[in-house]
Amino acid sequence: MYAFDYARPASLAEAIEAMKDEDAKALAGGQTLIPTLKQRLASPTTLVDLNGIAEIKGICLKDGMVAIGAGTRHAEVADSADVQRLIPALAHLAAHIGDPQVRNRGTLGGSLANNDPSACYPAAVLGLGATVHTSAGRAIAADDYFQGMFETALGEGELITSVDFPVPEKAAYMKFVQPASRFALTGVFVAKFLGAVRVAVTGASESGVFRWPEAEKALSANFSAGALDGVALGADGMIGDLHGTPEYRAHLAGVMARRAVTAAG
Amino acid sequence: MTKVSMTVNGKAVSGDVEGRTLLVQFLREGLGLTGTHVGCDTSQCGACVVHVNGESVKACTIFALGCEGAEVRTIEGMANADGSLGVIQAAFQEHHGLQCGFCTPGMVMSAADLLSRNQNPTERDVREWLEGNICRCTGYHNIVKSIMAAAATLRGEQVAAE
Amino acid sequence: MPKDHGIGASSKRREDVRFLTGKGQYTDDINRPGQAFCYFLRSNVAHGTITSLDVSAARDAKGVVGVFTSKDLEGLGGIPCGWEVTDKDGAPMKEPKHPILAEGKVRHVGDPIVAIIADSLAAGRDAAELVELEIDELPAVVDMREAIKGGTVLHDVAPDNICYDWEFVAENKAAVDEAIRNAHHVTTLELVNNRLVPNAMEPRAAVGEYDAGRDEYTLWTTSQNPHVIRLLMGAFVLSIPEHKLRVVAPDVGGGFGSKIYHYAEEAFITWVSKRVGRPVKWNADRSEAFMSDAHGRDHVTKVELAMDQEGNFLALRSSTLANMGAYLSTFAPCIPTWLHGTLLAGNYKTPLIFTNVKAVFTNTVPVDAYRGAGRPEATYQLERTIDKAAREMGIDPVELRRRNFVKPDQYPYQTPVAVIYDTGNYDATLDKALELADVRGFAERKADSAARGKLRGLGIANYIEACGIAPSSLVGALGARAGLYEAATVRVNPTGNVSVFTGSHSHGQGHETTFAQVVADMLGCEEANVDIVHGDTSRIPFGMGTYGSRSLAVGGSAIVKSVEKIITKAKKIAAHLLEASEADITFANGQFTVAGTDKAIDWGSVALTAYVPHKYPIDDVEPGLEETSFYDPANFTYPAGTYVCEVEVDPDTGVVEVQSFVAADDFGNVVNPMIVEGQVHGGLAQGIGQAILEGCSYDENGQLLSASYMDYAMPRAADLPMFVVDHSCNTPCTHNPLGVKGCGEAGAIGSPPAIVNAVIDALSAHGVTHIDMPLTPRRVWEAIRAARN
Ligand SMILES: Cc1cc2nc3c(=O)[nH]c(=O)nc-3n(C[C@H](O)[C@H](O)[C@H](O)COP(=O)(O)OP(=O)(O)OC[C@H]3O[C@@H](n4cnc5c(N)ncnc54)[C@H](O)[C@@H]3O)c2cc1C
Ligand code: FES
Ligand code: FES
Repeated sequence: MYAFDYARPASLAEAIEAMKDEDAKALAGGQTLIPTLKQRLASPTTLVDLNGIAEIKGICLKDGMVAIGAGTRHAEVADSADVQRLIPALAHLAAHIGDPQVRNRGTLGGSLANNDPSACYPAAVLGLGATVHTSAGRAIAADDYFQGMFETALGEGELITSVDFPVPEKAAYMKFVQPASRFALTGVFVAKFLGAVRVAVTGASESGVFRWPEAEKALSANFSAGALDGVALGADGMIGDLHGTPEYRAHLAGVMARRAVTAAG
Repeated sequence: MTKVSMTVNGKAVSGDVEGRTLLVQFLREGLGLTGTHVGCDTSQCGACVVHVNGESVKACTIFALGCEGAEVRTIEGMANADGSLGVIQAAFQEHHGLQCGFCTPGMVMSAADLLSRNQNPTERDVREWLEGNICRCTGYHNIVKSIMAAAATLRGEQVAAE
Repeated sequence: MPKDHGIGASSKRREDVRFLTGKGQYTDDINRPGQAFCYFLRSNVAHGTITSLDVSAARDAKGVVGVFTSKDLEGLGGIPCGWEVTDKDGAPMKEPKHPILAEGKVRHVGDPIVAIIADSLAAGRDAAELVELEIDELPAVVDMREAIKGGTVLHDVAPDNICYDWEFVAENKAAVDEAIRNAHHVTTLELVNNRLVPNAMEPRAAVGEYDAGRDEYTLWTTSQNPHVIRLLMGAFVLSIPEHKLRVVAPDVGGGFGSKIYHYAEEAFITWVSKRVGRPVKWNADRSEAFMSDAHGRDHVTKVELAMDQEGNFLALRSSTLANMGAYLSTFAPCIPTWLHGTLLAGNYKTPLIFTNVKAVFTNTVPVDAYRGAGRPEATYQLERTIDKAAREMGIDPVELRRRNFVKPDQYPYQTPVAVIYDTGNYDATLDKALELADVRGFAERKADSAARGKLRGLGIANYIEACGIAPSSLVGALGARAGLYEAATVRVNPTGNVSVFTGSHSHGQGHETTFAQVVADMLGCEEANVDIVHGDTSRIPFGMGTYGSRSLAVGGSAIVKSVEKIITKAKKIAAHLLEASEADITFANGQFTVAGTDKAIDWGSVALTAYVPHKYPIDDVEPGLEETSFYDPANFTYPAGTYVCEVEVDPDTGVVEVQSFVAADDFGNVVNPMIVEGQVHGGLAQGIGQAILEGCSYDENGQLLSASYMDYAMPRAADLPMFVVDHSCNTPCTHNPLGVKGCGEAGAIGSPPAIVNAVIDALSAHGVTHIDMPLTPRRVWEAIRAARN
């Protein structure tokens, strides 16, 4: 790790101020950032630790949506009675991110800001059509937020403050685990709303999380696993690595989508 | 250097650290508590697991300064007041839940967190909970047995050794 | 009724208390006053020529104590190889120099180039970024089949990248060829034994210190054999005489072979501690471990098995390319030869065997012994080939194996591949495993899996291994540059308690408990009165260390010999005290008695008399009660067994789940069943890991793709079932005093073929006949797809 200064603001306003330094970097759960710093792949001058900011933590219900603070840990989302009741698929997803120690530290905001192509939360945010609120006062629709691998709509120094998740009729997330890292080799989030179905796929594409319109169309007409027979993703643009070829990932997306529909009930 | 203060195994401690000093470095190098180990640099092996404010975390993936004012518990703080092995530690010895001992502190700390949340875990629960704890020696068989046995003891049940 | 102490008891491990309370002392836990830290700058390319190297800016950096390159090491030796294999035409193997720091050329990603000593590790790493290094990249060669074509050459001494071309048993070649030509059926299989990274959870580390006042060096290092390190490093690399060099291997967090070898880093740390006049510590991080610990396996093999109409094995021919990596690690040459070719008979009476092994240099990390070492490769090819043969011949795979077993009345059994099995009973372990696995209920379970859309398979594998390594005269004839005996001193202290100094080393195996059980049993005392000391060349007379499942069979035997000498001497003292003839003294339960009388004296009085020799047979024996023995085994030991497992395959995703695993082993006598079972569990996890999860992978440029736990899949708790292990079918070893055979490697040897056989069984209906390990979801899915099309 390179040396850096460490700041621990107590309020969002202080954090915004600290983030004005262009070489400052926000630290949330640290479960992605700290390993990155260890490899010397980042060299911030100041780390702005967001863990002391109460305003960006916690879960509440707002206008029929589940609003989750950016600083809320995966374990809190997994254990939240509200989330379990209203969007069990989201609680289940959070409960299967990494391991218990990662979940005790890692946060929703950190995961979304990082936008790892194999991360789980992006599938839920895109699959549920959530809205990302930021320190710049912006409310960014999920469809506009994810801009490709590790790329997001966030500006310089802009922090995620919370995310509003609409409550679906039913939903499920199926994660096919990469055997070494245990991230998603391919994960599919399926959500059925009144009149519309959204399907988001993570882990598979070189452009990060994406929606699968053909599957959405088929499922909107008939929300059953069988409706996906004959709907297949092409291998073009899928990730190929040690753990899976583009063809394998495309195939898995189909299997996981079917299983998600079945699990959603 | 910045001064950091916290409570470690019930004792108030403080020391000067850099921003980049990890909790595990502060424990091992600053406080000489070398029971917490480092087995990887990708936050995956769990040899470094300790409790911060009652929850298990990877001490290699949290900064010392992030633990200002926190209650930290390490393997050195797991024995009974009279120095005898605590229930989980004793179960690991009884059921041969360790071989080289390197992963062991993290295993015990992780198990303690599980058992504080779930008094009656199934074998599957235990195995899934150990997702972030890698052991190369035991094949996990006896670790799982040890944790199941510790859970039973904590519930007040008797278990046979083998 | 299980015993509650001594031999045969599951005594709880005494070492656990320190490990469970955070009081273990691993190398990285050792800190010396004034200690500096070492950081190695390593090559990030697989093959290249160093065209310029300027360390002056690094030398001037803050906190830097010294910066060293190969130029500073002139006069020091290279890292030696401990075994010489002879080519088929009688020439010695090619043995290129393995420098401590790269000399002009780098040959694998991770090859160390510059060493920086600094006040802190962070300062060392910071300074490393100031090193001006230019490497002219050369094409890299990773695939052995490409390497032997020449073209890209790693070492001038080996223009075709072949280290040796070995044939065994050369005299059988013609007969084997002919048997294969004329056989009723020949089963052929080409397979890969995948490269593995050992991954002991404690990364390697070293602390070096030089005492100028006494001109003495101390090295604390993560080693399975500190005396071997002292010998190799002192004599061949640094020219430090043994009496000026102390090597300590304190608590060591697992080894599995990877901590046998003498590594460049520990030699450098020892040397540089004098040079900078400060203790120096180096501790590998995991990324460094992936690119600098010796890897394991990595064979590409073709096997042919000839049979008659009834399936009797007539001849076996195999040819193997074995990866050595970029340099020869300490024992690398003997793994694919003498620890592999000699095991090709397996549990079977195949009369004719011939193998050819070419050892190949590639731009990868050196490869050496990893749990099992050579024997897993032999077992895998045999047991996979036999399974395939059974299918091709339409014979039940259990029946085919049984038909060809060496039978209990055939011992000692001379195999056609040099070794002589002293004892065994393969039918017994086979029957036991089939019973424990409830093979009769398999069809029902398969139907149940099918109802859930899963394919269930049953896999079986037998194994035999050669352990208790090894008779020195034999291995000497085969090229070993060391003896493979073990040493032990047993010291009875004046008040009767016992200190045992063993050359074996425990890094998880529980020697402190098991060895104490043996001694306590022989002396009739409490285990708590026996202390086991290991891992320090200044305290232990000598030692060859722990590997090859040799600790109890060889190290334990040395202890037994010493205890026997102690008892003989103590009887003399007792006879004198009891005023009886030595021949009339019997020793049992810690008491010396005169036969046929009630005259007796206890152990403590005799011990005290040995040190306070007032009334003493001084003309007959010396005072004191301490004996040292060196035990050199008469033969290898041959643990064997049968493993049966069931897997479920998800045909939609290719995921393999291990549903059950039964191991029935013959380890001879067992001293501590609890510890033995733990050893089997650990071996099984590594073998199952090899079969379905672990694979070390390089791209064609020699970049390590599986360079961390993000890409190298370590077995986790949720990947494995509870194991069923049994060691009741035992045939005690005939040639060591404890009748023990060794249990450390079995699990890792027998399990890969059992798992792969089970998966192929599950997929056979789809027409899949073989998949190379690891059987990852992607590979299994691809195999199903390919077979369907
Ligand atoms: C062993 C292991 C396994 C894991 N497995 C999974 C898995 O299965 N699925 C999965 O999805 N993830 C997984 N993760 C990643 C984990 O979920 C991380 O917690 C998450 O990706 C990052 O969250 P964090 O709070 O830890 O962020 P940090 O690591 O602190 O930060 C990550 C990035 O986000 C920025 N950032 C943080 N908070 C904000 C904010 N509020 N506004 C703007 N920028 C911000 C930081 O500057 C940094 O660039 C795993 C991690 C580990 C170590
Ligand atoms: S050291 Fe491996 S997870 Fe912390
Ligand atoms: S006991 Fe050795 S790593 Fe777990």
